[in-house]
Amino acid sequence: MQILFLIAVVLGLMLIGFRFGRLRSVRVTGGDARQLHSLPTYYGLYVALWCGLPALLLLAAWMALEPTIIRMIVLDSLPPDLLLQPDGQTINDARLSLLLTDIRNIASGNIASQSEPAVIAAAGRYASLLQVSFGAMVVVVLSVAMGGAAAAYRFIAPQFRARNRVENIIKMMMVACSLVAILTTLGIILSLLFETLRFFTEVPVTEFLFGTNWSPQTAMRSDQVGSSGAFGAVPLFAGTMMIAMIAMTVAVPIGLLAAIYMAEYAPRNVRTVVKPLLEILAGIPTVVYGFFAALTVAPLIRETGGLLGLSVSSESALAAGLVMGIMIIPFVSSLSDDVITAVPQSMREGSYGLGATRSETIKRVIFPAALPGIVGGVLLAVSRAIGETMIVVMAAGLAANLTANPLEAVTTVTVQIVTLLVGDQEFDSAKTLAAFALGLLLFTVTLVLNVIALHVVRKYREQYE
Amino acid sequence: MKTSPSAQTSIEIPPTAGFPLVSQGEGAKIAARDVNVFYGDKQALRNIALDIKPNEVTAFIGPSGCGKSTFLRCLNRMNDIIDGCRVTGSINLDEEDIYHRRIDVVQLRARIGMVFQKPNPFPKSIYENVAYGPRIHGLARNKTDLDEIVQTSLERAGLLGEVKDRMDQPGTGLSGGQQQRLCIARAIAVNPEVILMDEPCSALDPIATAKIEELIDELRQNYTIVIVTHSMQQAARVSQRTAFFHLGNLVECNDTEQIFTNPQHKLTQGYITGRFG
Ligand SMILES: Nc1ncnc2c1ncn2[C@@H]1O[C@H](COP(=O)(O)OP(=O)(O)OP(=O)(O)O)[C@@H](O)[C@H]1O
Ligand SMILES: [Mg+2]
Repeated sequence: MQILFLIAVVLGLMLIGFRFGRLRSVRVTGGDARQLHSLPTYYGLYVALWCGLPALLLLAAWMALEPTIIRMIVLDSLPPDLLLQPDGQTINDARLSLLLTDIRNIASGNIASQSEPAVIAAAGRYASLLQVSFGAMVVVVLSVAMGGAAAAYRFIAPQFRARNRVENIIKMMMVACSLVAILTTLGIILSLLFETLRFFTEVPVTEFLFGTNWSPQTAMRSDQVGSSGAFGAVPLFAGTMMIAMIAMTVAVPIGLLAAIYMAEYAPRNVRTVVKPLLEILAGIPTVVYGFFAALTVAPLIRETGGLLGLSVSSESALAAGLVMGIMIIPFVSSLSDDVITAVPQSMREGSYGLGATRSETIKRVIFPAALPGIVGGVLLAVSRAIGETMIVVMAAGLAANLTANPLEAVTTVTVQIVTLLVGDQEFDSAKTLAAFALGLLLFTVTLVLNVIALHVVRKYREQYE
Repeated sequence: MKTSPSAQTSIEIPPTAGFPLVSQGEGAKIAARDVNVFYGDKQALRNIALDIKPNEVTAFIGPSGCGKSTFLRCLNRMNDIIDGCRVTGSINLDEEDIYHRRIDVVQLRARIGMVFQKPNPFPKSIYENVAYGPRIHGLARNKTDLDEIVQTSLERAGLLGEVKDRMDQPGTGLSGGQQQRLCIARAIAVNPEVILMDEPCSALDPIATAKIEELIDELRQNYTIVIVTHSMQQAARVSQRTAFFHLGNLVECNDTEQIFTNPQHKLTQGYITGRFG
């Protein structure tokens, strides 16, 4: 709360800085703004940025470091015997964090338990440290804000290139934002990678990549029998691919034809109604699709199969794939529609002007020109299909069968990741670590798919100006 | 060249109806009567009556927004694909109403080719660009036939020499002038009877323009050509007949020489001497 107030104060200072900067820029020219290098607004912005940016950055850094530093100081001042177990060993991390929680609780006034006087004393120190720290932070942040503003304010002169400076600062802020995105991705990949490496110390890589048996039940106690665990990922990926394939067989033709209809044939008013309607499909929660698949489609398939004399299990890849296909239609149709409409009208006129029919024009001119965008839409749909979990859990099952028969139950990578991690788990058993390995492999597979698709597109696309 | 709207409205417009049509001639390739065009509620052309003779170049001139392109696009029913565009009246091609229900637009457009203001080659190879029309109309029985058609079309468009070593390169990689000649080659590959050109040289430099004008003059032997242009000199150079449009009216249509030396109407005179527009 207090922090929010401090931020508000800094923002207020920025606003004031902006006003003053703008005013001064006009005043230094004697009221003739045309003599300025930049528009007065830029001088205002320059002051505001110098006022706010360093102060807010400092605030963020302070808040990030404060807990660690205070913790260190408090721990240092604890009497050493509190940190020792009865047998003379240093207490472990879990006990230590318990102790710290105690201290924190007491410091904030919720006396949890009757505590030793040493702990209560530490809590007192903790509370006062927090207060001191906050006070110092307010003073430092505010003085940095005012100092920055004052320095920038003094820089203002008619020849001062405020616009270039401001644009540079804004450019750096944009670079920082894209860095955040990149670094996050990198961080996720690295953490996946390290956990995966730990997994491979327990399960051989070859078993994971080529094993055809998946039953991730490891023994909890060494005297248990019959559950040594098998970590062959092949059935999972086979199941994932099969379901994704079924989904794409449904979604690509329907989505593409719908897009072509909307973009080329439908009158404009039909399009404005139909397109949002189709997009609603993407907004239905996947759970809803899931029970639709499990309660309606799967029984239907089983009955139909029964009539035809086929044996269909009650949970089948077909049911999940079909419903998933419906779900991703809008990804294909909406994006394809956009790129088809983006093909310049002059291409169509050129083709019609030669006496081509509408369908010839679409097949030979529009479609090739729109191909890269269409493939982009399809790829997005594929990654949705591969990442989808809910429908599969409900309609395709959990059994890791390695089969090419879409009427049997299969399971997918994402579903297994979920089942590996639900419930109470130790975070370093092979079972939980397997989730990271699956995640990494899935990531790699989708990445490879994307790269291949990009290459295909680059080869076949017809680029219009 | 641009006229400000206020300048336009201050000029009194004569009704086209009743204005003497210089050519009511027999044997016109295209004869338009009472053509009105509306975009939504807005009328873009009023009672146009005009004859276009075979194996001649007819030029449409007039200030921007007067309806030249609109009228040109009526001639091959290109306006059909514009939402809310309505055409009334009759336009006959060889005595046959092209707006008649029985007429197949696709066949009509194969008979009346079109070249656009901005070169718009397809994003395909040079060869494929020219082969496009013959392919969809099945004009070639086999590959050698098709090669032949592509060669002669490019030859006629005066482009063959420049591109014969790179027929498989994309047509969009050519220069503006080459692209425009590619579009002309693409149009004549279908072997149309009439070629409509909407400011074909407006994006080109003088040398490329000269090439295309030369080309138009040659093409006149085999085709009927209608060209929209903003350049008086170009109209004078390439056309035999000139039609002057103004604010949706056809003000005057006559032999090009007549129009430029002895215009019948004040507006025409003002326009060609550069007093407005
Ligand atoms: N698609 C359209 N929708 C609505 N109005 C249009 C459309 N195309 C043209 N118009 C209007 O019709 C009138 C005639 O336009 P047209 O394009 O035929 O003029 P133009 O003589 O070819 O002009 P320019 O020399 O600038 O090409 C103009 O007022 C224009 O605004
Ligand atoms: Mg025009």
